[in-house]
Amino acid sequence: MNPPVLSVRDLRVWYGTARGAVRAVDGVSFDLTPGETLGLVGESGCGKSTLGRGLMGLLPEGTAIDGEIHYEDRDLLALPPKQQRSVRGPDIAMIFQEPMTRLDPLMRIDDHFAETLKTHEPDLSAQEIRTRSLEALGGMGIPPTRFRQYPHEFSGGMRQRIMIALALVLRPRVVIADEPTTALDVLVEAQILGILADLRRNFDTALLLITHNLGIVAEACDRVAVMYAGRIVEEGSSRDVFREPQHPYTQALLGSIISLSTTELRSIPGAPPDLSMPPPGCRFHPRCDQAMVVCADREPIEERPLPGRRVSCWRYGPDEEIPPGGTEPLVREEIAVADEA
Amino acid sequence: MRTKREEDTPLLDVRDLTTHFSLRGSFGGRLIGRDAGSVKAVDGVSFQLHHGEVLGLVGESGSGKTTLGRTILRLADATGGSIRLDGEEIAHLSESAFRPYRRRMQIVFQDPHASLNPAMDLLTAVGHPLVIHGLVKDKAALRVAVGDALERVGLAPVERFFDKYPSDLSGGQKQRAVLARAIILGPELLVADEPVSMLDMSVRAKILELMLKLKDELDLTYLYITHDLATAKFFCDRIAIMYLGRIVEIGPTASIFADPKHPYTVSLLRAIPDPDPDRTVPRDLPRGEVPDAVQPPLGCSFHPRCPRAFGRCGWESRDLADLFERRWTAMAEADYEHERATVGDLARIEAATTAATVPAGRGRTGEDVLELLATIRDADAAEPFWSGVREMTANGDHVDVTFTDGEDPSLRAAGDVEVACHLYEGATSA
Repeated sequence: MNPPVLSVRDLRVWYGTARGAVRAVDGVSFDLTPGETLGLVGESGCGKSTLGRGLMGLLPEGTAIDGEIHYEDRDLLALPPKQQRSVRGPDIAMIFQEPMTRLDPLMRIDDHFAETLKTHEPDLSAQEIRTRSLEALGGMGIPPTRFRQYPHEFSGGMRQRIMIALALVLRPRVVIADEPTTALDVLVEAQILGILADLRRNFDTALLLITHNLGIVAEACDRVAVMYAGRIVEEGSSRDVFREPQHPYTQALLGSIISLSTTELRSIPGAPPDLSMPPPGCRFHPRCDQAMVVCADREPIEERPLPGRRVSCWRYGPDEEIPPGGTEPLVREEIAVADEA
Repeated sequence: MRTKREEDTPLLDVRDLTTHFSLRGSFGGRLIGRDAGSVKAVDGVSFQLHHGEVLGLVGESGSGKTTLGRTILRLADATGGSIRLDGEEIAHLSESAFRPYRRRMQIVFQDPHASLNPAMDLLTAVGHPLVIHGLVKDKAALRVAVGDALERVGLAPVERFFDKYPSDLSGGQKQRAVLARAIILGPELLVADEPVSMLDMSVRAKILELMLKLKDELDLTYLYITHDLATAKFFCDRIAIMYLGRIVEIGPTASIFADPKHPYTVSLLRAIPDPDPDRTVPRDLPRGEVPDAVQPPLGCSFHPRCPRAFGRCGWESRDLADLFERRWTAMAEADYEHERATVGDLARIEAATTAATVPAGRGRTGEDVLELLATIRDADAAEPFWSGVREMTANGDHVDVTFTDGEDPSLRAAGDVEVACHLYEGATSA
């Protein structure tokens, strides 16, 4: 297997609120290899966007981050901020959800590209800048005839493609895409997913795709990591995870999808916990239909029940850590509508 | 029990409905009285909705589905056509004459947070319609009525919710409160505009289930507006697919999904991401995006994106500009610069006409342009565009291109659905 281009270890992000510290990301580890797409899924409020921003160094003031982000043998979090930026800028790029708000309405498209390229590669000539920009735009299906236009002259789908071209013009090795198609129509969404798939094939770019849409993950991702309450509870190849989800949360999440083959509606009772006071033990146990006595008491230990799969759930052991009687079914409180998401 | 008349008359009968929004244009333009044009948000829509039925209006943004829903509720003004509620014409009534009908039709919007006043507790917000219509005499009666509505939508025990504010509620609970407010006047028709789109996947199912339960208990009829074909398939009896202000296909849900007819419906169905790991991202999707509704394409509005378009579909000058742009987008910079110089100002062919005048670039002749057009055609003769070109002739410094006259297809029966597409002309109903 390829050595990872990005390696995250025990990442934690937390911020203070009136109710106490909120641990939005609480001990997350994963690897991303070149040319690979990893999907990061979960309900709103599970910390997936915070994780993406934390990787990019885009957390708001008053937020603390801890752990390790290894990129090319260096731990980004151990570097001073200025050096962090000089590594992230050209090599790790981010694509956001709202393309409308990320382009400067008073700047022509060509100026957006010139600014980005000049900042990170100051030696480029004007002609080189033009060639590089047109190449990036052409790859996204934006006609060269529109190079000198303003953002408002483009449709939402085109603006998102311009944003992707801007992120790619520096030829980054890692792209973090946070809900890149959520604001778009289904046909344009499929076009953009096709573009992202070409990207990893043609340039060996590693892609972290943050989304709540499991259909997109199934079609576009090699691997999937399922987040719940700030932690990755299951990770594996998307084929395996979709075929045979192991964590009860993954099972419930997959069961709640309304797709063209849906004949019966299912949902997950309750809501994700308040991360300033998460439940003890496994954070999913109050909503879990397979919870055991041990789940309410002890945090699950990550197990690897299958090759390439990791899951944090007591149902997969380790058995020697479960106290006597711990595998008895947990008597749960009834979850009322009053507590739903 | 319903009377005989109600059985025969559809609850809602919409005929040739249009909602056009006129554009204001520039100050100078208005001074000299120039018409800035209009956005044809709903452009000739007809359908019937029967008692107890769920009809889905499905389309992308800009298809006019939301405007259609708002027009039916008189939240937008119809510029033409008719809307009959239980046989009575309501499209052009004055505001005061329309007021009694408002109690019979309610709407639920996409964003439950924006639908609730942050300064109103649930007792006030959910009971507001009763107060406005003067249907409760005192606070006690209000509490009883609101309590009943909250109970129905599952916000129980109701005493716990009376004094809650929207900010105390989760997304799903807010949408329940919005539904409680919508049913409190005892409406017959509920227009639901993307009621679950902003909710988390894990609660969508619960809200849809609640809506089905309310429909059964309260004898409701739904107009379900959505961009999401998967929920529409589950939720609707019939589906109307909209594109640029028109219905392009309408029929029973099962037929639409088993055998989609309009090329637009076909591509929408193919594009939905499916949680099946054996499927990959589809590649042969319609190019481009929904065009501007101020000047929709001639002929069939979908023709510029349609993989099966042919001569009669309405080819025009703007399609030629798109053809140049698509070709140049895929070219290396130097080749593009060379070809771009052959053609003059593209703005001159950006018009909705069936005769294009393609100017030559500086120092080039009409012959050069004609040669370029022939090269483009030979490179991809299967491109549907060429089936609509009647003639190309070089004249001095330009090329004149004329197109086959297009026709705007109207809805026709094909099997047990109706479809507006030239491919299905001559098809008879089964």
